[in-house]
Amino acid sequence: MTARRTVTVLEPGPLTTIQDAGRLGRAALGIGRSGACDRRSYRLANRLVGNPEDAAVLEVTFGGLVLRADHDVLVALTGAHCPGTPHNGPTRLRKGDVLRLPAPSTGLRTYVALRGGVAVEPVLGSRSRDMLSGIGPPVVAAGTCLPLGEPTGEVPGVEVAPVPAPPGDLLVVRVTSGPRRDWFEPSMWSRLVSQEYVASSDSNRVCVRLEGEPLERSRTGELPSEGMVRGALQVPPSGVPVLFLADHPVTGGYPVIAYVVDDDVDACAQLRPGQRVRFTEGRR
Amino acid sequence: MRVLPSGSTALLVELDDLEEVLALYSALKDHAPPGVLDLVPAARTLLVVTDPSRRSLDSVEAVLRDTTPRRGERTAGELVEIPVRYDGEDLPGLAETLGWGVDELVRRHTEDEWTVAFCGFAPGFGYMTSASRSWQVPRRPSPRTKVPAGAVALAGEFSGVYPRESPGGWQLIGRTDVQVFDLDRDPPALLSPGTRVRFVEVGR
Repeated sequence: MTARRTVTVLEPGPLTTIQDAGRLGRAALGIGRSGACDRRSYRLANRLVGNPEDAAVLEVTFGGLVLRADHDVLVALTGAHCPGTPHNGPTRLRKGDVLRLPAPSTGLRTYVALRGGVAVEPVLGSRSRDMLSGIGPPVVAAGTCLPLGEPTGEVPGVEVAPVPAPPGDLLVVRVTSGPRRDWFEPSMWSRLVSQEYVASSDSNRVCVRLEGEPLERSRTGELPSEGMVRGALQVPPSGVPVLFLADHPVTGGYPVIAYVVDDDVDACAQLRPGQRVRFTEGRR
Repeated sequence: MRVLPSGSTALLVELDDLEEVLALYSALKDHAPPGVLDLVPAARTLLVVTDPSRRSLDSVEAVLRDTTPRRGERTAGELVEIPVRYDGEDLPGLAETLGWGVDELVRRHTEDEWTVAFCGFAPGFGYMTSASRSWQVPRRPSPRTKVPAGAVALAGEFSGVYPRESPGGWQLIGRTDVQVFDLDRDPPALLSPGTRVRFVEVGR
């Protein structure tokens, strides 16, 4: 039997975590889904190296990762493009090769899929690190040696997948009514879909915090906590919505005025601090 | 049943009270309809998370409307005993606020049978309500930045046990050595919706 193939993380950058498709079916126990923030880029990265779509990858926040191949391995990077690295296509790293990710030119999160998938021990059915609850494999640190699984599927004969880069400037995403739109005057809906918000530096895998003109509630009183999914635009007492990403709490106690359409949440996961975002009314 | 929009992947079902939430949740949890990925019961609502590529939201909604709620679940859940040392920092002040005195508050807390209505806030944190009386406990005016694991607390109509050290605004009345969430145990959460709980005094 051959020894297990590995890669070693020499530097993790600001934040590198292991992510897969997330934990399902445990929300009733207070355990959220977690998983890759930008699911579309995550799935593409796996496809490019012939992995199952739910294999575990590295989610790299704002570059900085330095990775050494301890064995020959096929790798694909998607999401935010780090200049000088191969992007949106499979590349072979030879044993001893070092892959360096500088800060991306646009976008925030880069996905690094390795053929066979990152094969750390799953926790409650998933290899995703949930930054809110602290469940899942530890945050990747310098010196971490990551085992790779056995390759399964065929490697597709694709050199580069045609995917637009995350916009560096204004991002426009679609929203639909949330369950508590009626907690706000109709004029507040217009305010939500007409103004430009700015993503705050206080954002993370749990949520994108926004800066902008506050939305005023038309009713007082507390909302009994209720379940939410990613894409929720929850309005805390400050009136400025918070956009939930992968590691959002399972329930929340503030009214959700709107939801970002699920496909567009992936683009929101690429918002950088200071970047502008506008919501436009879409259809469910 | 009111079905509220919750984005392109979920439906939020609003019901009259907790009993109805538990009844619908019980009917769905063991045989989730195809395309349903997850269920999140809460105080007045049940969130149904779906995979729209497998089944449209409209067709999931039709299934929900056809589902017969399974009533009477409140008395059917597993019974768990949680030993509590009633020495919480907020106990004397809260007992005074409620006009009961410490003995009376502890008596009521241990006499009542509690049911886990839903979980949230943190993995394994169960929001329990009393079957026999309605509690109305004010939250602390400002939350604590650190509540220790095992703290037994009250807020609103709920009692709860903190699974791990975290910030919290609930009134602390005691502590337990029972681990309500343990990743090395299967299942890791001791308390799940429908679980019945009795608190047993083991000292002050």
